[in-house]
Amino acid sequence: MTRNKSRSLLTGFGVFWGLFMLLFMLGGGNGFKAMMMKNFEGFATNTAILVADRTTKPYKGFQDGRGWSLETGDIERLRRMVPQLDVVTPSLSIWSSSAVREEYSYSDAVVKGIGAEYRQVEEPVLKYGRYLNEMDILQERKVCVIGRRVYDELFPEGGDPCGKYIRAGAIYYQVVGVDFSASNISVNGNSQDAVLIPFPVAQKIYHRGNRIDLICVTGRPGVTLSTLETRIREVIAENHFFDPTDKPALFIIDTEQLFSMVDTLFTGINLLIWLVGLGTILAGAIGVSNIMLVTVKERTIEIGIRRAIGATPRDILSQIMMESVALTSAAGVLGIMFTVACLAVLEKSNPGMPFQIGFWSAILALVLVALLGVVTGLAPATRAMAIKPVDAMRDE
Amino acid sequence: MLIDLKDINKTYNNGQPLHVLKGITLGIEAGEFVSIMGASGSGKSTLLNILGILDNYDTGEYWLDGTLIKNLSERQGADYRNRMIGFIFQSFNLISFKTAVENVELPLFYQGVSRRKRHAMAMEYLDRLGLKDWASHYPNEMSGGQKQRVAIARALITHPRIILADEPTGALDSKTSVEVMDLLAQLNREEKVTMIIVTHDPTVASKTRRTIRIKDGIIEE
Ligand SMILES: Nc1ncnc2c1ncn2[C@@H]1O[C@H](COP(=O)(O)OP(=O)(O)OP(=O)(O)O)[C@@H](O)[C@H]1O
Ligand SMILES: [Mg+2]
Repeated sequence: MTRNKSRSLLTGFGVFWGLFMLLFMLGGGNGFKAMMMKNFEGFATNTAILVADRTTKPYKGFQDGRGWSLETGDIERLRRMVPQLDVVTPSLSIWSSSAVREEYSYSDAVVKGIGAEYRQVEEPVLKYGRYLNEMDILQERKVCVIGRRVYDELFPEGGDPCGKYIRAGAIYYQVVGVDFSASNISVNGNSQDAVLIPFPVAQKIYHRGNRIDLICVTGRPGVTLSTLETRIREVIAENHFFDPTDKPALFIIDTEQLFSMVDTLFTGINLLIWLVGLGTILAGAIGVSNIMLVTVKERTIEIGIRRAIGATPRDILSQIMMESVALTSAAGVLGIMFTVACLAVLEKSNPGMPFQIGFWSAILALVLVALLGVVTGLAPATRAMAIKPVDAMRDE
Repeated sequence: MLIDLKDINKTYNNGQPLHVLKGITLGIEAGEFVSIMGASGSGKSTLLNILGILDNYDTGEYWLDGTLIKNLSERQGADYRNRMIGFIFQSFNLISFKTAVENVELPLFYQGVSRRKRHAMAMEYLDRLGLKDWASHYPNEMSGGQKQRVAIARALITHPRIILADEPTGALDSKTSVEVMDLLAQLNREEKVTMIIVTHDPTVASKTRRTIRIKDGIIEE
């Protein structure tokens, strides 16, 4: 083995590369997943969003294709009739509003009418002031919480804007808070562009009557929202005279489903990584085994000499096994070191993302590779054991 | 009697069966210095391999120091070879990627002797054979005579009772041959090691005290 360094090196490369592929892709996959999950940051994981759409089934004398809207009353009904729900809170958005203060204006703002409980759906990161509260809603105060981009555009001088007034449409609102949340989830408008006002104010000013765009609900701890879906449909359908089995009429998106979709996706990716990685390692191991078989044949005389001067077949077995384990382990250690180095570079360029493989995973991988070395050495070692002492006498 | 062969027969069965040893009966006392001569293909190496438990025989009896050598387990065979017998070969048969001293140590490694102790012993033997300065050299850096002396050191290190040499001077020039034979004669004299040497060379045979001649697998002493 030591005699033929370049061949040993090439042989070990298969194992090296397989281990690198497996660990690097696993680490990379984890980091990538964490990066995706960061997009959902600050968003309650046990949330569903309800949106009205046209009916697709005729029901109780109504024709299909009828439009309808969620209404303020639905909030109360859901709270009362589906007690497993924790938060039930409305939202309505007015897109492309322009927000103005003095000479500054921001035309991509979204005026969002919300309830105080909305903070439990999309968690704010309050830079200044406070969030909208129950009193704001009940008394229909003309106050607002503004998103980061709105704040940056309207208050370029910085500082605490609370108490100052901004105008959206024709109405002036007093700023009570600034939300710096950077979540990329947007429910009816990105939080960075939002001007949040009490929903009854929005309903009045924008002539929405008691209609709302959507209702966000969260389940109480331990409740799986998907099990409540049928009940929610019944409650809403009864109030608006459509068929509770008419799924397209009430669109419900459940973050749990969303997360589990991402999860399934990554489970699939991981499975693929394992398949490819293990396949490559196995191919590498078979390569090692084959090369060692050839080597053993070349070493017949040497092994014969060892037998002639007193080596038992077991001595020969352990010798070949140790060589095999040493070769695969060395390749494995190099593979792990290379992986750790590569992942360290990735982690450096994506701060805060867990790309690196764990210490114990590395140790486990190493133990597995050493075991693989044993399996790899099996065939060459059995062949070496069959070499008889007389074989040392044969002419080279 | 150290070695006692009774009607040993050996047939090789590779394709055409070849009856090589046709009833060898032979006794060798402890401390003898014996040469075996005979034409090429007469079965000298075959006989020596059987004596060295490197190969087995078909019928007959081989008694070594009062033990019948037949159907030994691999372990027992390895143990006899390791402790009783030293081998010297025509082509030296050193392991090419090990240094001289490592080659000499090898039999002790298989006895489980500690690294330090076997190294010290190997150095001592190399010193006795005048090879101290060559200890860390590889076989391909040494002359034939030097290699054969390394091989002799390796054969001696376990204090064997018997040394079997198959044409030990076959690859050496006449001057070196004489040196090697003198060395073997000296070991036989001083250490009372039983020497059995297969050779074609009459001058080599003349150095021994007894010559056994084989012809067509039969002894004609
Ligand atoms: N492993 C083997 N298989 C088959 N035939 C063999 C084997 N070893 C030796 N022989 C044959 O047995 C016969 C005796 O061989 P052996 O090596 O004992 O002769 P030798 O007397 O040592 O000859 P030499 O002086 O040339 O070394 C030869 O004809 C040889 O071809
Ligand atoms: Mg021969």
